[in-house]
Amino acid sequence: MLQHKDGSVQNHQHGWEPYVDNGGTSLAIAGEDFCVIASDTRQSEGYSINTRFDPKIHKITDKIMLATTGYSADAKRLTEVIKMQTERYFYKHEKNMESHAAAQMLSVILYQKRFFPYYVFPILAGIDNEGKGCVYSYDPVGNMERVTFQVYGSASGMIQPFLDSQVGFKNQQNVDKTRLLTKEEAISIAVDSFTAATERDIYTGDYLEIYIVDANGIHREQKPLKFD
Amino acid sequence: MSLDKVLKYTSASKTNPYAFDDDENFLKRDVTDNISHFDFKFAPVLKPAEFAKSHIDVKSQKDSLIKLAHGTTTLAFKFKNGVIVATDSRATSGNVIASQTVKKVIEINPYLLGTMAGGAADCSYWERELGRRCRLHELANKERISVAAASKLLTNMVYSYKGMGLSMGTMISGWDKKGPGLYYVDSEGQRIKGNLFSVGSGSTFAYGVLDTSYRYDMETDEAIELGRRAIYHATHRDAMSGGYVRLYHIKKEGWEFIGLEDVEDLYYKYNNQE
Repeated sequence: MLQHKDGSVQNHQHGWEPYVDNGGTSLAIAGEDFCVIASDTRQSEGYSINTRFDPKIHKITDKIMLATTGYSADAKRLTEVIKMQTERYFYKHEKNMESHAAAQMLSVILYQKRFFPYYVFPILAGIDNEGKGCVYSYDPVGNMERVTFQVYGSASGMIQPFLDSQVGFKNQQNVDKTRLLTKEEAISIAVDSFTAATERDIYTGDYLEIYIVDANGIHREQKPLKFD
Repeated sequence: MSLDKVLKYTSASKTNPYAFDDDENFLKRDVTDNISHFDFKFAPVLKPAEFAKSHIDVKSQKDSLIKLAHGTTTLAFKFKNGVIVATDSRATSGNVIASQTVKKVIEINPYLLGTMAGGAADCSYWERELGRRCRLHELANKERISVAAASKLLTNMVYSYKGMGLSMGTMISGWDKKGPGLYYVDSEGQRIKGNLFSVGSGSTFAYGVLDTSYRYDMETDEAIELGRRAIYHATHRDAMSGGYVRLYHIKKEGWEFIGLEDVEDLYYKYNNQE
């Protein structure tokens, strides 16, 4: 609402644009007993790079990570809300939230803002209650699906077909389409996805963060991408 | 709106604990007590509903930033041995295929199924909430809720958000005391009882197939095949539908999952056959 000096109030709404796309790409691949989550760290606005190191992957519990893309401010707020809620759950029940519970909670948290959404494309990934790798992907208002791999963000159009072919074994004959990748294969495909996307997507680059979640805990790796 | 509010009858509020004493409490109760235990958050603007509608693209007619998963063919029909429910599995966001493996049949409880068309999150959230309310009905009344009552709960929930941009076209089907039940419910507040429905962008193609061969006295195998064919032909002609055909059969003992079939395999099956 706009209040003028004479006290009159302007009632019509100007085009208020509360969202910005900060670019960047995140992906997750589930294995039999592990999960690989990868993301670049560039954060941009239009043709300007705001920072070369703004991690988009956050630890939620010892077994769950959250990778985001979209509007950085909303993503950070969403991460805080989920961390807060999982922590409350921990102190209330004296155990960590299981991934399926956290996944459903994330869906509800997103839907609570159905009429003023978080402009975020979240991927929740980690280990489920049976010790298997799991990836949950969402739309901005909380439609949820458990998948074996997912990529979101500015380079998703380049990486998704690559993953469909190399992780989902789509449109190939004489292959076991239900086969899950080994840890080495998954990491190598994640790295190749980002080096390739960095070549052609202006919003993806700088550093690549890779998290491997398995029974031993969370392991982090960082690799430089191109800085141009 | 409560009746005394409509009739501007206020003296009852002194004695009736459920009467609303002012507008603020009325709104609070309506949203948090009757509709959901959550407070929905709104944009800090004069017309939050307008904001929601202009920034969130559910029906792909606008060039807005937030594109939601949508696009569908779903169908359900009653026949002598129960209800057949069939869906495709594609979700599109803009002109991108967001997923080919969406589960558009929502298992509300072992006797009730809902289908998903329109905004995927709207359908899954409200049908999950419907599942919660159906369970509460069971606990309070010591018997299962009827399909008619369940579908009406859903209609009433989404009707209170009418005009705020929800997008949901669903078929609530199940088995109760009266036998097989089937209702079409949408976010505009419509609720229709019927024997045969199809919802979504591919529904016209599905109706074409369904209407040519549908009979109430079909055998179960014939009915399942009709559901499969109708979805298959819809995925063939509608670009926003595709992926897999998902089939359910609702019987007296509850629903049974029939199968998930790749439409590519069905293409070769139907073309070698003819």
